Amino acid sequence: MAEVGVIAVKPEAPAPAAILSQGYWALVRYRLLRDRTTLVCGAILLVIILAAIFAPYLAPADPYKTSMLRRLQPVFKAPYLIGSDELGRDMLSRLIYGGRLSLVMGITPVLNALIIGGALGIVAGYLGGAVNMAIMRLVDVLYAFPSILLAIAIAGALGTGLTNSIVALTIVFVPQVARVAETVTTQVRGLDYVDAARASGASTWAILRVHVLGNVLGPIFVYATGLISVSIILASGLSFIGLGVKPPEPEWGLMLNTLRQSIFVNPTVAALPGAMIFMTSMAFNLMSDGLRAAMDVKA
Amino acid sequence: MSTTALAEVPADPRDRGGPAQPLLLVENLRKYFVLRGGVLNRAVATVQAVDDISFALRKGETLGIVGESGCGKSTTARLLMRLIEPDQGRIILDGEAVGAADGIGVGELRRAMQMVFQDSYASLNPRLPIEASIAFGPRARGVPAQVARDRARDLLSKVGLEPDRYIRRYPHELSGGQRQRVNIARALALEPRLVILDEAVSALDKSVEAQVLNLLADLKAELGLTYLFISHDLNVVHWISDRVLVMYLGKIVEIGPVERIYGEPKHPYTRALLSAMPSMDPDRRTEVPSIVGDPPNPINPPSGCRFHPRCPHAEPICDRTAPSLAAGGDTAKGDHAIDWDRHAVACHMHVPGSGHSAAPVGGA
Amino acid sequence: MPQRVDGTALACLSVMLSYLLRRVLYAVPITLGVTVIVFLLVHLAPGDPLSAIVPADAPAEVVARLRIDYGYDRPLPVQYGLWLARAVSGNLGTSVATGQPVGPEVLRAVQNTALIAMLAAVTGFTLGILLGGIAGYNQGTLIDKLATGIAIAFVSVPNYWLALVLVILFSVELNVLPAMGMGPGGSEAWAWDWLHLRHVVLPVIALSAIPTGIVTRTVRAAVAEVLHQDFIQALAAKGLRAGRILPHVAKNVAPTALAVMGLQLGYLLGGSILIETVFSWPGTGFLLNSAIFRRDLPMLQGTILVLSLFFVGLNLIVDLIQTAVDPRIRRS
Repeated sequence: MAEVGVIAVKPEAPAPAAILSQGYWALVRYRLLRDRTTLVCGAILLVIILAAIFAPYLAPADPYKTSMLRRLQPVFKAPYLIGSDELGRDMLSRLIYGGRLSLVMGITPVLNALIIGGALGIVAGYLGGAVNMAIMRLVDVLYAFPSILLAIAIAGALGTGLTNSIVALTIVFVPQVARVAETVTTQVRGLDYVDAARASGASTWAILRVHVLGNVLGPIFVYATGLISVSIILASGLSFIGLGVKPPEPEWGLMLNTLRQSIFVNPTVAALPGAMIFMTSMAFNLMSDGLRAAMDVKA
Repeated sequence: MSTTALAEVPADPRDRGGPAQPLLLVENLRKYFVLRGGVLNRAVATVQAVDDISFALRKGETLGIVGESGCGKSTTARLLMRLIEPDQGRIILDGEAVGAADGIGVGELRRAMQMVFQDSYASLNPRLPIEASIAFGPRARGVPAQVARDRARDLLSKVGLEPDRYIRRYPHELSGGQRQRVNIARALALEPRLVILDEAVSALDKSVEAQVLNLLADLKAELGLTYLFISHDLNVVHWISDRVLVMYLGKIVEIGPVERIYGEPKHPYTRALLSAMPSMDPDRRTEVPSIVGDPPNPINPPSGCRFHPRCPHAEPICDRTAPSLAAGGDTAKGDHAIDWDRHAVACHMHVPGSGHSAAPVGGA
Repeated sequence: MPQRVDGTALACLSVMLSYLLRRVLYAVPITLGVTVIVFLLVHLAPGDPLSAIVPADAPAEVVARLRIDYGYDRPLPVQYGLWLARAVSGNLGTSVATGQPVGPEVLRAVQNTALIAMLAAVTGFTLGILLGGIAGYNQGTLIDKLATGIAIAFVSVPNYWLALVLVILFSVELNVLPAMGMGPGGSEAWAWDWLHLRHVVLPVIALSAIPTGIVTRTVRAAVAEVLHQDFIQALAAKGLRAGRILPHVAKNVAPTALAVMGLQLGYLLGGSILIETVFSWPGTGFLLNSAIFRRDLPMLQGTILVLSLFFVGLNLIVDLIQTAVDPRIRRS
């Protein structure tokens, strides 16, 4: 074991004064740009997202076109770059197109939760008292369910489909974001500069806008980006058990489902969609960590 | 600083009642904090933070408020600013009651009164450059942006920070003393008549503290301000105040002109406080601790006079009845005008006919 | 002075007891809220609850008869009340699909899920504490980066995919471990022998990935923070060896770690559905899955209710233990 009392951490070189004088966000940007892990992850995600957006131009084949003759072709065997699935469709195309649905299903609920949960939490945190109690009690009840269970229960109740899955996941994430938002807002609300702003006679809206939001949105946003990786896994998980998207749509979780039987024939191809989920989720996770580290300034 | 002749103050167009009318009249202010606990979240205890205090503030004076931690000084400040709502009591600003139907609103109060807090760093939004922090108040009140910015520059130079160098700085780039100057500028941006300084210099290094105190004195003269100076530092209060108010456990125990309080303290608590101040004279050494007994607990304060458990002169009357500030000390003048030189004390030893063995004879 | 000391001790104890009692009472409205949501969930669904069991061409009076039998004709609040009353007495209704009572089925499924959940918890927490402790003590070094990297990987991996990969590796390619089921004889004939345990290995590994990751990160952060504190430096300056300082660190890390572990246990119990699907493990997840697809509402309600209540109860216990263990909360 390392010698206790001797901290092995190399102290980070402080940012140059020029950056410090440009304010908080300049400092955050400066730190982010020097964080190699975050940059790499950002690049990977950019590639995945751009590929999803420009799928029609990038995919070598039609993701829906089946071929009963050429099912479950192995990787690198022509004409398929990374093989074909159980119905003979080109895996590479389906993976690229799959990014669209998987990313949408993953990011949209978090965006919704950010807006709804953020608003609820900030209002509860700033107003305090009865409003706070009412909102947070409701949040507590939803929080009492494990996320997967709640997601599956709601999606199961609503039925299959993209919209239903997004609604289910939004409902799962709103309480989590609301909790974080309320905690941070209550903290900021208790600081002297908010009191000073109240003492100056400004309207509640002006105080929120100028003093509270700027200091509160940062941590909430960082938390939300951390949620994206969970959301992608959950969303694909929903498709994996048959809720969510239905065949023949290309979606990574759904592809894992339909390829399950094929693990005996062509295991590599069968595992590929999951690898995409893993990679995307991990990249979001690492970026979120990097963002949190960059924003954690103790000036 | 003498009390009877205050420095000439420039005439203030907002002045309503003239110099005889107190700028602030506080009547029976009370704030209890309820502690909840127990199984059903019932009220289990009450912190009697501020209990029925009344005092007047003269235009152009500096009133010092002293007391130990927990005596209610900061709560009083926040009650005056209406950052906390009082349970009871009235505040009358230059003759007009705050919150009453025919008086002025809280917004009006905040136009006349501003506050400087103790923690210079927590008082400023770390995300805003200081120009924005200073200009926020005026802008929120409808002052046009350019006018507010010009006012911010003007105030920065008034408090001794060169505008061109400091206007775009962030709080973390400034030292404690500089930040406190910014806080003062921010308080002055709304052109108040009264500035409450809640331990405003307590957290600063001594040399910096001296500079800021001098700045405060200069500003007061130049702008015709009235100060309410809250502190636990007796030396500083002595230097800056015209009158002093001593608080203990939520009540006022003594009030009067500064030289009389420091020269002939009447309340046993005030005497103990003052004798505990270390002296520069090596021949005067403190050998006996001035106050014995446990520090007070604002929850369930002692009955009667709150100081009696620690008072060397306590007698049964002190446990039974709380002494009144109005009755003790100099006899109040009969007419309506406020006697600014009155040295009042809430102690049975100074209330005529109170039943205490040391009390003067006579009275009701 | 003696009188003061007694009073203080008694006051402390009564404060803590009342806090505990308050915490327990607070769980009651939450639990009720949970039951309301579980009840309402199944009525979110479009379509008649009966449509699952009744063929479309059934005669109207049969449908009406069934509706009355299942109570779907009463107003919602009444249905809720009846359902809740029955649930409290242990009767969770009858499965629309199989006709069997829901209660015993759920109980059996819970046992099966608890088996892998507990094993996964033990594995995950042990690994997590080890990894997290090593990372925390070696903060900033390569070991730390490695451990943290592994933790992040574990947290980001879709555990159902991990399950698939494990199946591919160990069942398809190497053929050493089974790909599904609970072993010969199914869930009724469980025994703690290798013949049965080999069925547990892969599910447990897959399930334990996320808890390992989360516990590692939590423990690492907590250990690093404690090591930075002045009192540790003071202990080292007094001459204590690292081994003797460890109990101090452990005591300070324990409350946070326990809280996280409790939460993870809850997630394991309630969130095993995806893994159980891969391994056809006859647990609550599997039950949930089939209930959803057969639109078996009583089964769905019963399963979700039991799982959620477990979670609420677990959180409560974790909260209480944390209060008892952490002296700072006790005194506040």
